[in-house]
Amino acid sequence: MSTLTERAPAEAGTEIELTYRDAINAALDDAMAEDDAVLLMGEDVSAEGGVFKTNTGLIEKYGPERVRNTPICENGFLGVALGMSLVGLRPVVEFMFADFLPTAGDAIVNQLPKYRYMSGGQTAVPVTIRSISGATGRFGTQHSATGESWFMHLPGLRVVTASSAGSAYSLLRAAINDPNPVLFFEHKGLYGRKGPVRRGEIGEVGTAAVLRQGSDVTIVATLLMVERALAAADQLAAAGIEAEVIDLRWLRPLDLPTVRTSVEKTGRLVVVEEQVHAAGWGATVISELTIGGVRWATTPRRLSLPDDLPIPYTPSLEDEVLPSIEGIVEAARASVGR
Amino acid sequence: MTDPSTQTDQRLDWYRTMVRIRLFEEKVQELFMSGQIQGTTHLCQGQEAVSVGAIAAMRPGDVQTNTYRGHGEALALGMEPETAFAELMGRSAGGSGGVGGSMHLIDFSKGNIGANAIVGAGLPIAVGAAVAFQMQRKPNVALTFFGDGATNIGTFHEAMNMAAIWKAPVVFIITNNLYGEYSPMRTTTPLDDLARRADPYGFPGIIVDGQDIATVHAATTEAVERARDGGGPTLLEMKTYRYRGHSRSDPAKYRPDGELEAWKARDPIELLGKTLVADGLIGPNDDVEIRSETQAEIDAAAERAVTSPFPTLEETRPYVYAD
Repeated sequence: MSTLTERAPAEAGTEIELTYRDAINAALDDAMAEDDAVLLMGEDVSAEGGVFKTNTGLIEKYGPERVRNTPICENGFLGVALGMSLVGLRPVVEFMFADFLPTAGDAIVNQLPKYRYMSGGQTAVPVTIRSISGATGRFGTQHSATGESWFMHLPGLRVVTASSAGSAYSLLRAAINDPNPVLFFEHKGLYGRKGPVRRGEIGEVGTAAVLRQGSDVTIVATLLMVERALAAADQLAAAGIEAEVIDLRWLRPLDLPTVRTSVEKTGRLVVVEEQVHAAGWGATVISELTIGGVRWATTPRRLSLPDDLPIPYTPSLEDEVLPSIEGIVEAARASVGR
Repeated sequence: MTDPSTQTDQRLDWYRTMVRIRLFEEKVQELFMSGQIQGTTHLCQGQEAVSVGAIAAMRPGDVQTNTYRGHGEALALGMEPETAFAELMGRSAGGSGGVGGSMHLIDFSKGNIGANAIVGAGLPIAVGAAVAFQMQRKPNVALTFFGDGATNIGTFHEAMNMAAIWKAPVVFIITNNLYGEYSPMRTTTPLDDLARRADPYGFPGIIVDGQDIATVHAATTEAVERARDGGGPTLLEMKTYRYRGHSRSDPAKYRPDGELEAWKARDPIELLGKTLVADGLIGPNDDVEIRSETQAEIDAAAERAVTSPFPTLEETRPYVYAD
């Protein structure tokens, strides 16, 4: 088994083409190579490179202490990671499916985000949770959630989403580098996608990315929905509509200024989310901008999962419930009025 | 424990610390009545030998986690009563700047890396610290204090399991005071000796007389040193009793008549006091003097704590995120 470094040697800073999966692998590899305090732990993280092959080669390179298989006990092993972080380690904890995050509800809600606070700032809590999320895999209703907005309510936590190989690398490095607990969402439907990755790049905390400029309508998305928004923007351009596409990236802290600047230019907004709309980032963006006095040219629109339906297994229905490129085009055109 | 003179000093020191904890808790009760302390509080009178005896087995660099009933451990680890009172009063001079309160007396500089208000949450944290020591090749040990009720929650079993498979240098200490909140242990738990819960995990589970500090200290020292030497975890079940109810609002009427009195007849402070007198370390009336000295110290600490200002939101904002 070869490590990624052997497959794709690259000097820091040079841009290379990697899959999203290998970008995650490279971020883990580089962070572990740079700092002995970084370790990866979770269920089956070392066997065969992990369930989604993101960890290929790491066990050979760093050994079983730093690529640590855990029993199936999310609340317990996330508590273990917290304890490690209090005495100098920087654990990265893999959650095989985002749907398992609630089994560690206490650790995620009551422990990691509050630990520094209730000690009066005596400690940092550098724990990264890698949450493998999202639909399109035909994994059924308990293995397909993004869960990206479930833990937006927690001061002390950071929440970040990766929509491409490049952002997967730089944002995972940012998460591991941050002295605070970070919930990092990767989308399993994106693992095979290729894109440019700048090795060594550590992303900025709390900034959205404007991926395409446009003056007619703003489309905000995360994770898998970003590539659909970009594809929709191509189709819109062919119809003479210039969409500005924003990858929101961080849900906490939320980069409202970037979205606001865009919406002040376009006056129109479509949020595209792979989750139900209620109490999620899309609803928050719309409410915060409205409260902040944005003058809407037309009412903001949203594409989300159905409010009244779990994600189905059956392929045709799984595809049907997700926001589609056509749906985004339609919403943007309705927003613009042509 | 080879030097008898050290042990002599240590026992007198233990005695003073136990009296300090007892009088601290009594003062907390008083400050509650006067409104200086609000919310809730969980007192540990009766359990002092467990906190003081076990913590005396720690060495520099060792850490522990405890619970919302953690004033005993915090003071045994050397937190100043003034700092603790200020925290309970929500004032800036508190150990957590006043934002933590009674359930979170924490001092990283003294190895007190957590006091948790969620039952069972401190156990995996201690296992994590222990595994980290192992990885860092440090000769340190983590202890974790929790109640009998915590042995029914998932994190107890998850933490015991992980400690066993990784041979983590951790000591699990059950402060078995017979009641999980308002419920007698036997109504929630299918066995009398919680130490047996170590059996399926394949490491020692030991029953300890939690009223006798010398026994507590000896058992904990053995467990801590075994962990330090790579021998893995131990579960210690300290049989003890809390004199007060679960929390401030609980008059503990669920206890059978005579139970409290029976336990008070083996009060841990009096038991140690008698051996100190018998061994000639203190005179027959010195206990009264130690109590009155300590009372003066506690009263003064509370008076000083009251003079600390309440924190502002601005002051406390940096507690949320680290830079």
